[in-house]
Amino acid sequence: MGYKQNLGRAGENLVADLLQSQGNQLLERNWRIREGEIDLIALAPNGVIRFVEVKTRSSEKFGHPLEAINARKAMRLQRLALAWLSTHQHLGAEYQIDCAAVLSSQTGECTIDYRSAIL
Amino acid sequence: MGLEGHVITIEVDVGDGVPTFTLLGLPDAALSESRERVKSAIINSNFEWPHRKVTVALSPAYLPKSGSSFDLAIAMAILISHGSLTLASMDQTIFIGELGLDGEVRPVRGVLPALLSARAKGITRAFIPAANAIESRLVENLEIISVDSLTQVHEFYTAGVLPESEIPVEQSTDVSLMLDMEDLVGQESARRALEIAAVGGHHLLLMGPPGTGKTMLAQRFPSILPALTPAEALEVTAIHSVAGKLIDPAASIARPFIAPHHSTTAPAMVGGGVHFIRPGAASLAHHGVLFIDEAPEMSPGVLDALRQPLESGEVTITRSIGTITYPASFLLVIAANPCPCGNFAGKGRGCTCSALQVRRYLQKISGPLMDRIDIRVFVDPPSRVEMLQTALGEDSATIRARVERARARSLARFLGLGWSLNSEIPAKALRKDFRAERSAMNLIHDELERGLLSARGVHKVLRVAWSICDLQGAAIPSLENVEEALSLRNSVKVGP
Repeated sequence: MGYKQNLGRAGENLVADLLQSQGNQLLERNWRIREGEIDLIALAPNGVIRFVEVKTRSSEKFGHPLEAINARKAMRLQRLALAWLSTHQHLGAEYQIDCAAVLSSQTGECTIDYRSAIL
Repeated sequence: MGLEGHVITIEVDVGDGVPTFTLLGLPDAALSESRERVKSAIINSNFEWPHRKVTVALSPAYLPKSGSSFDLAIAMAILISHGSLTLASMDQTIFIGELGLDGEVRPVRGVLPALLSARAKGITRAFIPAANAIESRLVENLEIISVDSLTQVHEFYTAGVLPESEIPVEQSTDVSLMLDMEDLVGQESARRALEIAAVGGHHLLLMGPPGTGKTMLAQRFPSILPALTPAEALEVTAIHSVAGKLIDPAASIARPFIAPHHSTTAPAMVGGGVHFIRPGAASLAHHGVLFIDEAPEMSPGVLDALRQPLESGEVTITRSIGTITYPASFLLVIAANPCPCGNFAGKGRGCTCSALQVRRYLQKISGPLMDRIDIRVFVDPPSRVEMLQTALGEDSATIRARVERARARSLARFLGLGWSLNSEIPAKALRKDFRAERSAMNLIHDELERGLLSARGVHKVLRVAWSICDLQGAAIPSLENVEEALSLRNSVKVGP
């Protein structure tokens, strides 16, 4: 795996840990179909299914990580979420789409900026 | 909207979610681009940009908003939203200005009328671009802070530092920069007509062959008019500010002289536009002179578009975005050649036009428009003797002093009556309180009876006679004054 893939994987791990530490049950990681991928799927303590997109960057030089999510990507996340719900017989369940921005600095410290229910 | 401003309140909501920047409140293209300008300006001024879902709402929401002048206010609202500044000290404060990508505050159109409206709505402090400082000096009882950059505004609120701005040049009261009447050789009758027109605010037609000095005369007309009063200067500057034409501070008390080309269209003449209704030449000439050279060459519709402002002193323009009224009270000076070739003067020897051509040419100035012109003079070519004179003509300052004296007389006479110039005396008042001498009235009524003068013509002649009388310093117009007024109306026969 290349540097970027490692960075991305590390960011996803961090967010997964964060979610679990807050009492979410991790349902799926890197669920992938032809149309795309959902990084993390978790069941929140209140029964809401969370679909999480993780963006990891090593610097803000090219803008904030979350700026990479434009309207088109947001719509794709929405379609992917519905696809997952229908293939897992959960259609009609309450769900939300979250985003997490992981910024890793040179020294190896990471900050997580978690935004829930972005749509 | 026009010369009337609205105070726009800007609200910012910074919410969770993907970073976006939404602008609400019917922005036009220039205002939509404000998002990018504001963002760059904030980041490049080393302030923090909220990487969140930013929603900016300009209210009242139903009013279409245009232009770049909201940039500074939007940037300030965003700085407040994440705590860089506090809202408490910004009560009754407005911000006007376009932002450069580097955080520089750039000049915008219409600052003066915006400040006037703001003051009327109880605003006490205004931040404006430093480049607009000159026009803003006309506004009193409002704390005006001119700034060069977003950082300066920030410093004002965090450190109390007033931005340093160079002391603006004192407003000049010197009108000597203008062209002077002394440049003109001879032309006694035209000079006299100009002077009378200046006293009473009468519209003027100058007719004559090419090269006799019609344009020179008209260009020097503002120099014999009294300087603008502060209130008039405010109106004039406000209109020019809306049009985006910043006036040279030295000339800001001089009366405007606007000379639209004869190919001008009706919207350019009276005002118009799609997204923003721009004042036309008629409004730019407010309190000044509107000079139309080669009037018969102008398309008849454009000339006739001037009839509304001539009648009411203002122009009302309606477009899809709304209706706007601009003041347009000007002195109209029309210049025309007597025929297409221009040589139909005196015995008409050099003229190559047919009789029909000559008639058609002058008929292009419509009757109703012609009727509103009180003084019509023929500008003769200077004679041999006049051309040989080495002495200069009478200078503008001398003539202006006479005009000012005469105007003071008429102003005193009309005190409390609701008008101030002889050309504005209502017909009813002319018949009752402002009649001429008995013998003079008899002469006018004779003319009326013989069909040489219409009823409206009678009033026009009387008004001009009053101006002549004021110049002379007499109490009421004499027979002589009325005779001169009659000759000023009838010396040039135009139209049907």
